[in-house]
Amino acid sequence: MTMPFYVSPEQLMKDRADFARKGIARGRSVVVLGYDRGIAFVADNPSRALHKVSEIYDRIAFAAVGKYNEFENLRVAGVRYADLRGYSYDRRDVTARGLANAYAQTLGTVFTQESKPYEVEIVVAEVGDTPDEDQIYRLTYDGSVADEQGFIAMGGTGEHITTGLKERWRPALNLGGALALAVELLGQDPSGGPSRNLTVTQLEVAVLDRARPGRTFRRLAGPLLDALLSSEDPTIDVPDDEDVSPGHHDTLTGEAPDTEAPAQDPS
Amino acid sequence: MSLGFGGAGRLPAAFMTAGSSSFTEFISAHSPELLPSGRALPVGATIEAPHGTTIVSLTYDGGVVMAGDRRATMGNLIANRDMDKVFRADEYSAVGIAGTAGLAIEVVKLFQVELEHYEKIEGTLLSVEGKANRLASMIRANLAMAMQGLAVVPLFAGFDLNAMSGRIFSYDVTGGCYEEHDHHSVGSGSLFARGAMKKLWRPGVDSAGAIRVAVEALYDAADDDSATGGPDLGRRIWPTLAVVDVGGLRFLGDDELAAVVEQIVADRRGNPGGAR
Repeated sequence: MTMPFYVSPEQLMKDRADFARKGIARGRSVVVLGYDRGIAFVADNPSRALHKVSEIYDRIAFAAVGKYNEFENLRVAGVRYADLRGYSYDRRDVTARGLANAYAQTLGTVFTQESKPYEVEIVVAEVGDTPDEDQIYRLTYDGSVADEQGFIAMGGTGEHITTGLKERWRPALNLGGALALAVELLGQDPSGGPSRNLTVTQLEVAVLDRARPGRTFRRLAGPLLDALLSSEDPTIDVPDDEDVSPGHHDTLTGEAPDTEAPAQDPS
Repeated sequence: MSLGFGGAGRLPAAFMTAGSSSFTEFISAHSPELLPSGRALPVGATIEAPHGTTIVSLTYDGGVVMAGDRRATMGNLIANRDMDKVFRADEYSAVGIAGTAGLAIEVVKLFQVELEHYEKIEGTLLSVEGKANRLASMIRANLAMAMQGLAVVPLFAGFDLNAMSGRIFSYDVTGGCYEEHDHHSVGSGSLFARGAMKKLWRPGVDSAGAIRVAVEALYDAADDDSATGGPDLGRRIWPTLAVVDVGGLRFLGDDELAAVVEQIVADRRGNPGGAR
């Protein structure tokens, strides 16, 4: 014969929180940090297809760690929220604060009411006209929101990276400097082991570029990212122009376009 | 009202459902009142609303040009003399509209969000045919309104990144989508514009040549169709003209357009048909 055990609400919440924290701590980390001309997102993510950083709207981006299917679900919901709001009101009326609120309510409800909390931690960032107007919100698995200044690190080695950022991040860092700092901290082992040297192919990097009109989100990859991360190369910021090679405008690689024109169909 | 962002609530279940990357499908399930076609008109009633008129589009070597006059008419009145009827659909395509202006602009707005939404959710661009078909389904949804006199007839032009050439698609009110070759025009002045383009367009024309042909075709349309606005030198209102090529879409600036229009007006002095 089984007897239902009494579980105190404190214990229940603690168990859920522990469960979610454990899931998040297993994953690789993501760093979000401001620089002089925008906000940079750096993720330790070798996948080219499964993104941890994505565009939400003109000046808003999303970054997440934890379980992919759960944060992907939240990302799609965020894009729908933003596009619906922009379509019914105006593009300027889509704000990170509104989205962060909606996410907080959603995560909070899931945490208390569903059988298992989301094992995710997300960042919603909006680039302003000046660095002072930048907004970075951190949302955790239980729906709590924190409005952070300057930088956030989350994921497995998040605490270690935050300590490093507190010591070394300063406002008005240029993009090259900010990326180098983030990549160095992402590669460090908090238990004191040897540091990993993260290469371009192991990183997912994107920026919200303050200076751009309209959609400000750009992924950085290829030779451009190489140049930004290299201490010898003088490149310290993204170019003002789009890539010359045709394709999705959201990626900047700095690659030269194919000099050879694609073969024309003779028919 | 199901806008679902009353300030404090959690995101509604529809937002969290996996599946469609189409914005139109999402809002037709979640808030259909926002769709341009999501309202019923009283049967048999007709209303008078501003109408947009002529749009022309033509391909050239390396891209496609789309231009529209600036006039909207309501019966015998000019409702608006500086309306833009050619829009950026996304980075590599333009859409021009003729027909009921209010509805058409709403369709274009939805189409723009549709393309951007897909881009963000899927992380890739739609093919040119994909975009053209999405627009067709939006026009199809508007059929009931079209039958009551509120027709929307767009013209779609895009740069095909696979074939590396400009392509043009035309539509009918039932949502039929047809690929056009070389050049096409829609709207009340399209008959005259098509005639002009037939005579002026040459295979292998360059972008400057295509821009000139587009503006000349609109000039000819305005010459014979009262609903199409001609170049307004007094107010300095020029046609809207978009060029789409491998580098993306750009609208021609007023200065560039003024030069083209003034040249054409000068060339036609004493030669009103532009015979050559």
